[in-house]
Amino acid sequence: MLRDAWLVAAKDLQIEWRSRVTFSQVVPFAGLVLVLFGFALDANRPVLLQATSGLFWVTIMFVSTLAVQRSTSIETTDGARRALLLAGIEPPAVFVGKSIAVAVQLLAVEIVLLAGVVVLYSADVEAWGLVFATCLVATVGIAAAGTLLGALVAGVRARETVLPILLLPVLAPVLIGATRAFDDALGSVAVDGWSWLGLLAGFGVINVVLGALSYGVLLEET
Amino acid sequence: MTNPPLDLPAHTGSRTSRVLGAAVLVGVATMILLGFFVAPEDDLMADSVRMIFVHVPSAILTYVAFSVTAVGSVMWLWKRSVWWDIVAHSSAEIGVVFCGLTLVTGSIWGRPTWNTYWEWGDVRLVTTLILFVMMIGYLAVRSMGGDESAVATRAAVVGVIAAINIPIINRSVEWWADRTLHQQSSITDGKLEDWTLFTMFLGIVVWGVFYTWAMTHRFRIAWLERELRDGDLDKAIAARRAEAAASGGAS
Amino acid sequence: MVSIVSLQGVVALLGRFPALAGADLEVGESEIVLVQGPNGAGKSTLLRLCAGLLRIESGRAEVLGHDLVTDRAAVRRSVGLLGHDTALYDDLTVEENLRFWARASRIDDEAVPAALDRLGVADRLRDVAVRNLSAGQRRRTALAAVVVRRPRLWLLDEPHSGLDQGGRDLIDQVILDAASAGATVMLASHELDRTLDLATRHLTVAGGTITSDERGSREPGGHDAA
Repeated sequence: MLRDAWLVAAKDLQIEWRSRVTFSQVVPFAGLVLVLFGFALDANRPVLLQATSGLFWVTIMFVSTLAVQRSTSIETTDGARRALLLAGIEPPAVFVGKSIAVAVQLLAVEIVLLAGVVVLYSADVEAWGLVFATCLVATVGIAAAGTLLGALVAGVRARETVLPILLLPVLAPVLIGATRAFDDALGSVAVDGWSWLGLLAGFGVINVVLGALSYGVLLEET
Repeated sequence: MTNPPLDLPAHTGSRTSRVLGAAVLVGVATMILLGFFVAPEDDLMADSVRMIFVHVPSAILTYVAFSVTAVGSVMWLWKRSVWWDIVAHSSAEIGVVFCGLTLVTGSIWGRPTWNTYWEWGDVRLVTTLILFVMMIGYLAVRSMGGDESAVATRAAVVGVIAAINIPIINRSVEWWADRTLHQQSSITDGKLEDWTLFTMFLGIVVWGVFYTWAMTHRFRIAWLERELRDGDLDKAIAARRAEAAASGGAS
Repeated sequence: MVSIVSLQGVVALLGRFPALAGADLEVGESEIVLVQGPNGAGKSTLLRLCAGLLRIESGRAEVLGHDLVTDRAAVRRSVGLLGHDTALYDDLTVEENLRFWARASRIDDEAVPAALDRLGVADRLRDVAVRNLSAGQRRRTALAAVVVRRPRLWLLDEPHSGLDQGGRDLIDQVILDAASAGATVMLASHELDRTLDLATRHLTVAGGTITSDERGSREPGGHDAA
């Protein structure tokens, strides 16, 4: 099963590499959001620094809906979904593979965004370990929940508008936890960031399991 | 392919539903009487405490309705039970109304005490707000997409996702309130007078009866809608086979 | 006779519409079964059912020894379906697509060039992204993806459509070779003049049922008979 998951992940990433949608569209979008907030908050240093964690993760929330849409639409073209079933790849493997691909893309965006906040907002990172750990754990949860919901809205009309309504409430714990962890890492608020990682990890595990169990019924029935 | 006309009832009422409906009316009248004239003012909140008679029952029924939807979703996925699917859908529709009512009354009630319309430290209220959006999402998924059983499956998965994630959301909001806002403040945690408590519990019962009444009607409407749309499977099969004769073997 | 497909009174629904309203069928090895009938009769549904993609409302169905009610996943792995769509990823090249589908079916990469050769997909096209191919070339590539898996049951829905004369002859040869190697082929087609000669059996589907089932001009298992 892991082999199949890896096959699917590699295929998705290969398609992304070939078409460069994330690279040429999503990353600039994320960077633009940072710049816009700079303007909106009047380049007011203290305010920007306080808001950095929140802005970072809200941006990632929106980026994740784009990434998930893209991941799902790869399979809706020309009967690929059905063919995946016919090829005998178990649905949980498809789920894990696609989640990995989404996670990798999100991590790439996060790295760029980190560079952005360090440069544009002069963010002073006190604990890089915490920053990277948070990104990793949070992204797993985001990718899992997103991939499951992406498959759910595949083939439904107006899916671009329904997906955020479904995904963002589910991701609320990630937003809360990751932002608090970043606050600690940036030294802006006195909280214990590492304890929030526990919540993020729990969220990730639960949603990975949920996705692996439910993906099959969505792939077969819808 | 046209369906022959069905024997449709003129309305979805029945003796049971009429009894339930009457009980709701009597209950509401009693509550108004008790709520406005018998139950006393609260020491801290004065008259605004009377909001509790609507807010708490609405909150409880919101979560009851949501739980029913969750159970119905599981039953559809597990047993493909159309009955449970309709129950899940109906419960979500009614529940979303209760949810909205909970949020509005919670906000109005809190205003005099908190001095703001929204208190982020009220963990239950914040969680209920997120639940509200999720229920809207559930209903949105219901209203798009064609194939009946595919719609049911999608909605059921949303229901299960929501049911599993709501506790996590609740816990994370709780920690958030504890560790950053440094206060959890729920308007409902104060001490209540006897008559106030009684009227509140009566409210829960009355809301519960209302929920049952509304579910009965909503369920029946949905059931009849399906009958109308799908007709009889055997008739459909017969009509389909008749196409063969109609095309007369011509290829 | 080993039973490849066995359907008894199968009713299959698309939504609430009975696309198949009581189908009975027995197919054995090395048969080439032509499925024809008017539009909307249920030909495509029949093929998709045999591929294990649809749920059965009532009746009994077994494909390749697997029950279609309880074990659809096993059926899916053993058949090759070519529908109206191609199941190719637009952004990947011909070679990359084939390799993905081969590996997914646990087939060695080395079988890929041979499959592409069979279908006459020129060397120069193999590193071209699928989105840049013509419809006919895409069709050949899609068929190559089925060929490379060497399924025991081939389900082809209008395989000749979109192909030129050379391509059509090629498909016919591929079908004959598959049957003589022991596989069973079911194809739905409107091209009767070509396919009647090919088939060992000739089914007519109408109103969601199989209304006629005749021997074709070809004997199963052999090359050229009659």
